[in-house]
Amino acid sequence: MNANDSQESTPESVGGTEPILEVRDLEKYFRVNEGVLASLVGATQYVRAVDGVSLTLAEGETFGLVGESGCGKSTLARTLLRLEEPTGGSITFRGTELTTLSDRELRPIRSEIQFIHQDPSSSLNPRKRIGDILRRPLELHRDLDETERAAEIRSLLDRVGLDPGMRHRYPHELSGGQKQRVEIARAISVNPSFIVADEPTSALDVTVQAQILELITEIQEEYDLTLVFISHDLRTIRYITDRVGVMYLGELVEVAPTGTIFDEPAHPYTQSLLSAVPEIGGSETAQIRLEGQPPDPIDTPSGCRFHTRCPLAQEACSAVEPESAFVSSDHQYRCHFTDPNTRTGTIGEPTDAAPDRIEDTGPEVSND
Amino acid sequence: MSHDRNVETARIETERDQSNPPQQLLDISDLSVTFPSQEGPVEAVTDVSLSIEPGETVGLVGESGSGKSVTAATILGLLEESARIDGSVEFDDQQLLTKTDDELREIRGDRISMIFQETGSSLNPVLTVGDQISETIRTHRSIPNEGISRLETSVLGNLLRSKSHPTNYERSWEQTVELFERVGIPAPEQRALEYPHEYSGGMKQRAMIAMAISCRPDLLIADEPTTALDVTIEAQILDLIDEVQAEFDTAVLFITHDMGVVNEICDRVAVMYAGRVVERAPTDELFAHPKHPYTQALLDSIPSLEGGQTLDPLAGQVPDPTDKPPGCPFGPRCPSATACCDARFPPEYPVTTADEPLPVREGGDDDVPSPRRNDPTGHAVHCVLYGSGDGLAPRRSPSDEDRQNADRGRPETDGGEP
Repeated sequence: MNANDSQESTPESVGGTEPILEVRDLEKYFRVNEGVLASLVGATQYVRAVDGVSLTLAEGETFGLVGESGCGKSTLARTLLRLEEPTGGSITFRGTELTTLSDRELRPIRSEIQFIHQDPSSSLNPRKRIGDILRRPLELHRDLDETERAAEIRSLLDRVGLDPGMRHRYPHELSGGQKQRVEIARAISVNPSFIVADEPTSALDVTVQAQILELITEIQEEYDLTLVFISHDLRTIRYITDRVGVMYLGELVEVAPTGTIFDEPAHPYTQSLLSAVPEIGGSETAQIRLEGQPPDPIDTPSGCRFHTRCPLAQEACSAVEPESAFVSSDHQYRCHFTDPNTRTGTIGEPTDAAPDRIEDTGPEVSND
Repeated sequence: MSHDRNVETARIETERDQSNPPQQLLDISDLSVTFPSQEGPVEAVTDVSLSIEPGETVGLVGESGSGKSVTAATILGLLEESARIDGSVEFDDQQLLTKTDDELREIRGDRISMIFQETGSSLNPVLTVGDQISETIRTHRSIPNEGISRLETSVLGNLLRSKSHPTNYERSWEQTVELFERVGIPAPEQRALEYPHEYSGGMKQRAMIAMAISCRPDLLIADEPTTALDVTIEAQILDLIDEVQAEFDTAVLFITHDMGVVNEICDRVAVMYAGRVVERAPTDELFAHPKHPYTQALLDSIPSLEGGQTLDPLAGQVPDPTDKPPGCPFGPRCPSATACCDARFPPEYPVTTADEPLPVREGGDDDVPSPRRNDPTGHAVHCVLYGSGDGLAPRRSPSDEDRQNADRGRPETDGGEP
């Protein structure tokens, strides 16, 4: 995929700091069950859950991943941590290539990278007390004696806003918000520098969500964390992230600073996603309604993957896969319309503007 | 996808003529529901009153455990036997709470129907989706030119019907396919023959809506119908509900925790907290001038799409249902709680846009103040801050501890009203 040649020109575009994580052409394909029939026909099918994602994360930034369910955002997150083995591409964490490390070699890095799950009810062992749940990572990754550990557990609970007496309780005795606080305490217990949070607030009520978002923000400042925050909730993304990647069918279709994504989205998918969010108060704005649902990830559409639902789609969109286009050095998106400003009208109305140079799209697309 | 319906143009304004005679379709008054539990009785719903006019969409909004789903289940008589129900639920001037199961069955699915959040568990996995919907039609509607005989409405008839009268079955099937088309399911003839697992979440919800509207109900109860869906699919489903509502003139009771969805679809809203309705208002009014401290906190907890704001989260959590405070359930978390809040739940105070909350003063009376006006305004709030008088006594036993225990290290809000 040649698109990544151009991406390499902007690895340190955010804040000018060193990248903490660099992802190149990351792929995670799942083989679809090979029945007798499939093996007879000889066709092996794959779900291309993550398909050629390239991404650079700067130290200390909060990167949001949004997309509909099934777009591959959780698989991408799990693959970043090598909880799933990537089927292609590279992941470089602070100069170390993660994809080739053995499990043993990976272990010291595990304490640097932590994961917060969506559903704390299933990620906390129901048979263990909160104190034991928090003790385990301390035993594995930190050189503390028993009294230091006990003190550390108390201070961790205190830090995430729980009564230290909670360490004697079992997970089922805690509310959803409290469990998520334990989950956060566990993640920060090993002093990580990088946390991936997969929908950490999706299962929570809105007032509890606000508490947890504030806690995550505080913790991030205190521990100087780089955060990948996955959510399907655009409001949460807007609140907590610095930069956003929008995923569709395994691809990043648009990456830009959060303000830009929300104020000047370039990709038609981002635009329709934003327009689908119900307004709180105020009148309804112009609505773009996406027809249908995301296509089958086993049989992804040809050309631009979004063309089956895109209100702007032209015939050529189904034939030619778009390359990454740049609006500015830190704003890139994959669409044939290389300049969103030349588009006439708003999305939702048919447009006469032909995709720029779609006929002679070679390996490189003009940035014009 | 061959199906090319333009949803946007079909979008219907939900503005309704408020001057219609206020004939209530559904009238819930002083409904309380108590469940037995090992830790003693749990009062899930307390003194809830709510009314819905024909063709109107009323939102019931609240966090988990606020009692909104129990309220809906009570209307349909879906609660378990052990639940104790007090109060009254009148539908079209008939008392629903005293009806027998058979009488309720006549109403359910025919005049009142329901769509659920969990479409996966509300469709039968071993029957085709078309079968399930056509069954509803056969059960409740006599097919034109094909009156269903007495035998057929019996249990035996249920087993024999499709064989003895294939045309009956075929006609209901035809109607099913029409309904599928109406709710925007592509290739309806084929999709009706498929099983629920072959459907995506959005499609299942469309099928559920098709089933719900198959008998043109007067009231549709929608319990978090879009919560499990992606935002793009949610928008499609909300549009669809809006359309079928306008087409069939169905009243909708819309239960959700999502304020954005409320804003999109509801004419009026009732906000619930810990089993009680704390505020009711027309939707625009609620969003523009929320009065109850809980409603304000709820709205403030939602991150804005404009960005640049800091959230000021409400501390603490919903009270334990087995151990609710005797007064206002929101009291322990309320930034403006006063002395009389702990004593008993305040009555309903009608408010207008301009009403300001009472100040908290030393030496104020700690009796529950009387309302400022007696005439209903359409916007009412269960909060003593909107009573008449010149001040309220500060809280005698500040349970600030409770709040700080749940949320230490953060300054409390000052209780200022916007």
